[in-house]
Amino acid sequence: MTEAAAHLSGNSATDSRSARSFVTSARGDRVFDILITAFAASIPVLLVIIAISIGLAAWPALSRSGLSFLTESTWDVAAGKFGAAPAIYGTVVSSALALIIATPLALGVSIFLSEIAPKWLRQPVGFLVDLLAAIPSVVYGLWGIFVLIPLLRDPVGPFLRDTLKLGATPLFSGPNYGYSMLAAGLILAIMILPFISAVTREVLLAVPQSQRDAALALGATRWEMIRDAVIPYARSGIIGGIILGLGRALGETMAVTMLIGNRPEIASSLFAPGYTMASLIANEFTEATSDAHLSALMAVGAVLFAVTLIVNALARWLVWRVTRGSR
Amino acid sequence: MSRRSRHARSNVMMGMTYIAAIVATLPLLFIIFHLLRQGAAYLRPGFFTDMPNPVGETGGGMANAIVGTLILIGTASLLGLPVGVGAGLYLADKRGSLLATVVRFLSDVLNGLPSIVLGIFAWEFLVRPFGGFSALAGGMALGAMMIPLVTRTTEEMIRLVPVSLREAALALGYTRWRTSVSVVLRTALPGIVTGALLALARIAGETAPLLFTALGNQFWSTSLREPIAALPLQIFTYAISPYESAHALAWAGALVLILIVLIISLVARYATRGRYAGTGD
Repeated sequence: MTEAAAHLSGNSATDSRSARSFVTSARGDRVFDILITAFAASIPVLLVIIAISIGLAAWPALSRSGLSFLTESTWDVAAGKFGAAPAIYGTVVSSALALIIATPLALGVSIFLSEIAPKWLRQPVGFLVDLLAAIPSVVYGLWGIFVLIPLLRDPVGPFLRDTLKLGATPLFSGPNYGYSMLAAGLILAIMILPFISAVTREVLLAVPQSQRDAALALGATRWEMIRDAVIPYARSGIIGGIILGLGRALGETMAVTMLIGNRPEIASSLFAPGYTMASLIANEFTEATSDAHLSALMAVGAVLFAVTLIVNALARWLVWRVTRGSR
Repeated sequence: MSRRSRHARSNVMMGMTYIAAIVATLPLLFIIFHLLRQGAAYLRPGFFTDMPNPVGETGGGMANAIVGTLILIGTASLLGLPVGVGAGLYLADKRGSLLATVVRFLSDVLNGLPSIVLGIFAWEFLVRPFGGFSALAGGMALGAMMIPLVTRTTEEMIRLVPVSLREAALALGYTRWRTSVSVVLRTALPGIVTGALLALARIAGETAPLLFTALGNQFWSTSLREPIAALPLQIFTYAISPYESAHALAWAGALVLILIVLIISLVARYATRGRYAGTGD
């Protein structure tokens, strides 16, 4: 700040403006305006170009099979059959699994950090959770292959199946190879946790202190205060954070590709391998030789694009509803 | 419910949040532990200077991938920084205009777009028409990812600049663009640098967009027109290969990648700290 002020006063002393420089400066302003407007406009333009070019590339596949592209469950490259249902199913199930695991954890951490933790603990714990977001997807995948999957094979799988007797339910039946929907869901849960908790923490902090004081003054316990006075106030923002996490989970590629087993089948068991839309594209794109295959992959990309667009727009709107007051 | 049971219940729920906090920090500690244990063993000077050995042989390094990653994020910055800072200037300047509202919203949407979608877009737009995979296409895909990140932090930082400073400059006869560039932007610079570094840290580890653009390269290449190796791509290839020696390299590579990301993030934090400590008043 001081630096800029010095710069200001230093120059103004020597700056004598003639009529001519006044004209060029008006021109300079106009050029500057056009320039920054162009930069700003490039963002919507980029999104439109992305939508159009993926849409065009996907068109042959979409026009050939129409809506049945989404419901057809056979993805057989050799036979030239391309149905996206297994990938859509895998995306939905792995993301749902991730949300089921990550949401209570993220809520717990956020409540801990905004309401309960002693001051000295807030920053380090918050930092550690935030750091999860900085780890690249491919590193999660590596860790998953060599640490998580062996764990799922040995203590976790048999524990779920035999000790908890869940093997009889369709969710945990069949062979347990490790590479599975369960592995993908778990790694996704870890990966989206920091996103949900960051937004949740932000909206919890946006809740006015008077809201808490009023609840406590009425004799509420701390938990009752959080449940009845804080969470309802922040509800739509919390839901926004969860949906934002969902958006991340839907499109997460590398870690899932490395852990889900990449098999285009719909299986009820979480121990079975599967596919997600993102992992399908990542896995087959560079090997796709026929135009039909390529176009089908582009169509999967178009579906992913549309779904994440809607999910993100919804999430932003919900978060904005809560935080607009506090800014 | 009696008073006592209400309090007991409250205490139980409070205890649950403690447990949640512990469980949520465990994965990070585990990941760091395994990275250090598996990666450090292989991290010797040769790792940074040697080329990869033929598949299945032990030894070798990732010199080409490390240089490739640096070239890719450099190229990405050439696209992402000017566009992002320019758009951020616009958003802070024309705060209430319709275009600003639209751009702000769409940059958040772009930020939430899966990186693989940007990857297939870059392939369709930059690889297919020009007849081949290239470092340039990879850099552009990563640069597109940087734009929304840089835009929003630039806007936030410029908004922190006191209006009085801007008014003082205008009152002294500065034109609006000179005011924006040499007073406002300059004041907000440390914050903008921080935002840019965080954006770099984020794209440095991206893999999915590079699969269809930079592709990866077993050999030494620094040309923007050729496929280029990148650290995340190399980690991916080695992690899914069947060879033990490749796994060791993957762990070491992951450790280096994490260190690069961490160092960039720490420098970014340091830059912001300097900003608040340095003004003094």
